[in-house]
Amino acid sequence: MATAQLAPSSPGPSTPIARPGRESTAAWPLLDRLCFWLCWAAALGLCAIAVAIVLYMFVKGVGFLKLSMLTQSPKPSLLQKQSGGFSDPLVGTFVITAIGTALAVPIGTAIAVWLSEHARPRWAARAVESALEMLAGVPSVVLALFGLLAFSQGFLGFLSESSAAGHVTGTSFLTAGITMGVLALPLVVAANYEALSLLPARLREASHALGKTRLTTIRHVLLPSIRPATATGAVLGMGRIIGDTAIITILLGGAINNEPAGGFLGLLRGTGATLTSYVYYQSPAGEGNSHEKAFAAAFVLLLIVLMLNAIVTQISSDRPLVRRGMWRAMEWDLPWTR
Amino acid sequence: MAALGMRRPRANAAARSDKRAEWMLGALAVGVLALIALMVVTVAIKAWPSFSHNGLAWFGSGAEPDASMRAMRENMPLPGHSIYYFRAWPLLWGTIVTTIPAVLIALVVSTFSAVFLTEFAPDAVRRVVEPVVRLLAGVPSIVYGLVGFVALAPWIEHNFISNARKQSVIQVVQLNGNNLSTGAVILAVMILPIMVAITMNALAVVPSSWKEGSAALGVNRWRTIWRVSLRTARPAIVAGMILATARALGEAVMLDLVAGSRDFNANPLDGTTFLFEPVRPLAATIFQESGGLNIGVLSHTLYAIAAVLLVSATMLSFAGWAAKRSMSRYGVT
Repeated sequence: MATAQLAPSSPGPSTPIARPGRESTAAWPLLDRLCFWLCWAAALGLCAIAVAIVLYMFVKGVGFLKLSMLTQSPKPSLLQKQSGGFSDPLVGTFVITAIGTALAVPIGTAIAVWLSEHARPRWAARAVESALEMLAGVPSVVLALFGLLAFSQGFLGFLSESSAAGHVTGTSFLTAGITMGVLALPLVVAANYEALSLLPARLREASHALGKTRLTTIRHVLLPSIRPATATGAVLGMGRIIGDTAIITILLGGAINNEPAGGFLGLLRGTGATLTSYVYYQSPAGEGNSHEKAFAAAFVLLLIVLMLNAIVTQISSDRPLVRRGMWRAMEWDLPWTR
Repeated sequence: MAALGMRRPRANAAARSDKRAEWMLGALAVGVLALIALMVVTVAIKAWPSFSHNGLAWFGSGAEPDASMRAMRENMPLPGHSIYYFRAWPLLWGTIVTTIPAVLIALVVSTFSAVFLTEFAPDAVRRVVEPVVRLLAGVPSIVYGLVGFVALAPWIEHNFISNARKQSVIQVVQLNGNNLSTGAVILAVMILPIMVAITMNALAVVPSSWKEGSAALGVNRWRTIWRVSLRTARPAIVAGMILATARALGEAVMLDLVAGSRDFNANPLDGTTFLFEPVRPLAATIFQESGGLNIGVLSHTLYAIAAVLLVSATMLSFAGWAAKRSMSRYGVT
């Protein structure tokens, strides 16, 4: 077997002639050819699964999706098929994503900047890196439990409602949003840190040579250079937030309507629903009995996620469909500066 | 500068502002560190009563977890036991029996897919397949759960679970399409993109001189990949497996919908019927019982389960990170 491999096969009258260029697989042993076909099968199978999921949701969801569903709130009714829509969960998803991203992106960028620019003392930098790795691996249910524990404490009661006996519920858009921010943090930090570490040292050196302080360098030179990576991190974080159900179920209550608490920022301090929890409660496993609405909402959710994915691909691609102007990283690698 | 005797007030101000910025950013980073440490400590504190009342037998088997939890909810302890009584083995077994097959399936499929995407794919095909595989990573788990519950489970029930099979275990459990196989298969699809991405990165940085040397010796492309590229990428594949396992451990929603949501101790002695028995992993248990978090004893038990998840996910994350770091020694990644 070994000698047959080392000696090149000479084309005889029965062996196929290999064309110049790519090595033809026709002359390979059967096992190798099987593995080659398995590679093709695995990749195309994955594609088929992804397309099948999207198509299935499309077929099932579009049939039940009406424009009125996007604008009406959920209404309890015996005629589940005709009543109500999911405007409340849609608003809920938007609010949660906004809060989570507004927390995760600035804090994550700041942490990434600290890790790449300062990172002193050494033990602190190593500890923060380990903590972020750990946070990336923590299941979202555990994060939700911790969030519930933290926000049920008395001094954080302003973030959610309290019952008449003074017992803080800890469930509201604010608490769920903050927990989502913690969930998305590692993604944002990783994207920014990777981009910052790929920036050439001459950028910083040139800026210091011009007499600029560290802070100015960061604000005006480094951060604009990594804009695509910051955007990618933000969109990845948004994708993770939008798709999470466990935190919503535990920290936002089981309602399917948004119920604002009274007073200032009522909506944010009240409980509500998002698309994910709405799908869960309407699905056959939840309490509702309307598969149709679950499918419609799940289809809208999938569309949102697909859009976010397309945005990420566009940001990091070399041939974008839309001119990106100021969103392109500044071109430090101009040919004549190399 | 001091030797020249020059004093520049502006430089001192700049240095001060730099110091301020450094302290502020550092405080933020250490704040996150403190938050995570706080999380570990508070979950451990809340979980302690359950562990202290049950001891190491917490991990063993005994009464069914559902029965114990119902006893806690109704404040009626099971006869002969305290109210904290809990035996988590069926849940642990459910976790093991869905995670390990999922990781194995994902290992095989992801390795072949990554090899295809880096070595065999024509450019046009790669430009289409890569974003599609990345798309799989972004699909929310509730959508996977819905599709699995409504599409895959009935198919499995129709094709694999005959009436005879159902009758054979009818006294103990009812079989339907929601079982550990369905859960393992969908879990494999969910963790595939992670492994594909890591393996692709590692295969892309194998030095081309190694591959060219192998080709110069007359070895065909597949053997080169198998013997040279994949062997070089082995640490990356291991790291990918570890990270994928951590992801699989944390999957609650999809497995709650699809893997049966009954805390049944799937019995391998049942032969192939074992593959179609319902299970409920740890994370799915927390998710399902999350309504009972305000009941004292039940919440301690749920936090104990969360503590187990936290410890295993942390250990796996560290192992994956260590594996990735050891790879950088060889210049890979």
